[in-house]
Amino acid sequence: MFLLLFLLIPILSALLLLFIKKEQTANTIAIGAGLLTLLGAVHIIINKTGSFDAAWLPMLNSRFLLQADGLAKILILLTAISFPAIFIATSNNQPKQKNVFLSLMLLTQAGLMGVFLAGDALLFYFFWELALIPVYFLCSIWGGEKRIAVTFKFFIYTFLGSLFMLIGIILLYSNTSDHSFLIDSLKHANLNTAQSATAFALFLVAFAIKMPIFPFHTWQPDAYEQSPTAVTMVLSAVMVKMGLYGIIRWLLPLFPAAAIAHENIVVILSVIGILYASFIAIRQDDVKRLIAYSSIAHIGLMNAALFTQNQIGTQGALIQLFSHGVNVLGLWIVADVIEQQTGTRSMKALGGLAKKQPTLAILLVGFAFANIALPLTNAFVGEFLMFNSLFQFNPWIAAIAGVSVVLAAIYTLNMVQKVAYGEVSAATNLMQAPNKKAQGVLIVLLVIVFFTGVYPQPLFDITADTLQQLFVK
Amino acid sequence: MNAIIISALLGVIMMFCSWGIASAKTQRNIGLLGMLVLIGANFAELSGLWTLQFDTKGMLSFNVIGLYANMILFVLTFVYLWINGEEIGKIGDHSADYYAIFFFILCGASVLTSFDNLLMLFIGIEILSIPLYILTGADKKNLFSNEASLKYFLMGSFSTGILLLGITFIYGATGSFHLTAPVINPSTKMPVEHFLMSAGLILLFVSMNFKVSAAPFHFWTPDVYDGAPTVFTSFMATIVKSAGFIAFIKVFEVQRVALGYTWFIILPFVIVATLLVGNITAVFQRSVKRMLAYSSIAQAGFMLFALYGRSIFNNEAILLYIVAYSLATIGVFAILVKMKDYSFESFNGLAKKHPALAFLTTLFLFSLAGIPLTAGFFAKYLMLNALLTAGSGLWLLIVAILFAAVSVFYYFRLVQAMYFTAGEPAINEIDKKYELKLWVIAIVIIVLGLFPNLLFSYLYF
Repeated sequence: MFLLLFLLIPILSALLLLFIKKEQTANTIAIGAGLLTLLGAVHIIINKTGSFDAAWLPMLNSRFLLQADGLAKILILLTAISFPAIFIATSNNQPKQKNVFLSLMLLTQAGLMGVFLAGDALLFYFFWELALIPVYFLCSIWGGEKRIAVTFKFFIYTFLGSLFMLIGIILLYSNTSDHSFLIDSLKHANLNTAQSATAFALFLVAFAIKMPIFPFHTWQPDAYEQSPTAVTMVLSAVMVKMGLYGIIRWLLPLFPAAAIAHENIVVILSVIGILYASFIAIRQDDVKRLIAYSSIAHIGLMNAALFTQNQIGTQGALIQLFSHGVNVLGLWIVADVIEQQTGTRSMKALGGLAKKQPTLAILLVGFAFANIALPLTNAFVGEFLMFNSLFQFNPWIAAIAGVSVVLAAIYTLNMVQKVAYGEVSAATNLMQAPNKKAQGVLIVLLVIVFFTGVYPQPLFDITADTLQQLFVK
Repeated sequence: MNAIIISALLGVIMMFCSWGIASAKTQRNIGLLGMLVLIGANFAELSGLWTLQFDTKGMLSFNVIGLYANMILFVLTFVYLWINGEEIGKIGDHSADYYAIFFFILCGASVLTSFDNLLMLFIGIEILSIPLYILTGADKKNLFSNEASLKYFLMGSFSTGILLLGITFIYGATGSFHLTAPVINPSTKMPVEHFLMSAGLILLFVSMNFKVSAAPFHFWTPDVYDGAPTVFTSFMATIVKSAGFIAFIKVFEVQRVALGYTWFIILPFVIVATLLVGNITAVFQRSVKRMLAYSSIAQAGFMLFALYGRSIFNNEAILLYIVAYSLATIGVFAILVKMKDYSFESFNGLAKKHPALAFLTTLFLFSLAGIPLTAGFFAKYLMLNALLTAGSGLWLLIVAILFAAVSVFYYFRLVQAMYFTAGEPAINEIDKKYELKLWVIAIVIIVLGLFPNLLFSYLYF
């Protein structure tokens, strides 16, 4: 029953927000709802909670089943941290009709929570789509200049992907003995090898588009660039995790044989994506695009590690799900503060941030280190484990993928250098008093970065049961 | 039986109303009351309370599915009349005439849900079609309306001719008009295949495709839907088309076996052609009304999946699809009817001026596109499910979803115009009551999108 709150709190406050025209009140409600969900997330992590199960569609034997295991918990925690952080950090931004904006954001949150909690494939599909629709409106209404075409591409891309997944779900469902969408029944569906490979491909396309992995990534940099920054934060910190989540929760357990048969090609595609994105990131001048490409590289690494299908790699990916979210969120918030105050995202026009706003510059450097996965930061733990697993999988692939660490250092440090150091540029000179709220959020996030970097055990503990399910037969 | 007799009687009564009662409002209310009587009478038969009995010599049979389909068609008509009553009153001088026509069409529809004999199929289709030709030409002073009516009449008569020829062939092969009569070999007394039977069935297939506007027999649809007065297009694209589909399925439910393997060549061909023509052409339309005409062709492609399936969900699938598609289409047309012109541009900036209307339109379009949380999603889902459980090739499903993604493309063009393009929407005044009626449809769509089994609970207790 408790799990239902993760859907009800955002949805009800989203509906409430539609009637609150006053910006200040709307902000408070959104932040309040976000913090309430965060409390709930902390609660389910500390205490063991049951699942919520109700009949939904007796005709199809689909159930409204919500469950929270380690994988779900860590992503719920990430979602629950991200939304209030975004609300607080961007509370000074003034989009038109802010109450509607916040309302759609909360609906997105509800969709995400549903995706992470659903234990029934049809319900999962339902939430998968529901998370997308508010984002479509958020980007198209409040986005940048080319927003409509870009968002439309994004929408059609992911919609098509999820339709493929729907066919995969139907294919599995029609071959279950008890005609049910529950994950345990789907695991025992009677598919022959060819059918299983087809269903595997159908699911994989949906998840690959969402993450995205090469060559399905073309929607992403444009979408990140054109979306309002608050939405970009959601997209890159939480939403891409839907794809990885789908792989861990659905793809690998449902098609173990097909996954092993195709692991090489997926890993190779991921590694190509990592290098490709890293090289492009080096050439970027726009801070937002740089972070977008760097994010593709990181997600590619997680996907590669998952498909090595050994315990270390999966463990690394599981905690990196959380760490990457926190890091990238921090980078986006810094980028947003800079853009709000200077009006530009071009690195050529920026410079001298350290002289103008030293605190923000220090915070930027902190998150930049986390982005390179320097030791002591949270990303180090995950990336170390993931490279380890890649090495066990194939040393050559690990060596090639390892180049991306160097490349990450190049583009990230280059960005830090251009933005934070050098002479104070004209644009940077425009910066007024520091944005206290955003800095507060950044400090909290940075504490998380270093705390989980030095002492990652809590994250291991949360995800222990998922790992056990996956690897102890 | 109740439905056929009462609807015919109500049609006659409405004709006299136009002669005796002058007020358009009273005529409308009598029409709505008549609809309620018809729904009540059909419900009485469905629940076994009261039935008019006639010996039809086995030409008609009334089973639960057929009666339930009647129920759905009547309730949809009621909703349609309830929303569009005022607009109907604005066309021509005697709106009661139109109500009479609606009742005659429903009479034809109830024959189509209950026929057991190919002659009754023919009669049902004629009762349904002839009033439609009149409705299409209802806007007498508009040349487009006249053209559409003539075109529809000529093409319709032609297809009826094909239908009759098909029935004749089948009669020649089986010696019976009965729907499920097999061809019997006189010496062995066993069913056999016969080329006359196959030819007849294929002709029937062609003619039925014409009625439900499936490609390559769809050419009349855009012109007729575009030329007819918008309120009546809404009726034609929903209730009439649905009745056509029910008849289509009834004819081929049993007899497709006689076609053997041919069936699995011609049906996928028609499905793919329909999806292709409907979806691709809809993308390039400049007028929303014409776009909806092509989208209705595209939706017919999805509904044809019901013919493919063998699963127990077939009847449910088509009924849910009919309800989801019709409600959403009635909703979109109800908004379209209030627009001053039908171009996409006229919707620009609607979200600013009338947020509620824009939201409603978006919801209807979402349902047509089959996005979750709306009834359209489960309708499409059940169709895909029927297709897969029938053991069809996966390729047909892939084609279907590729076109589903294309459909998002043109439905969302309207959403983009309303929400993301600034401008002054060319819309007439809409009063609160009208908006409220649309909200009712929207709520039904969402409720069915969450609990589609509500629609079927009646079938099973």
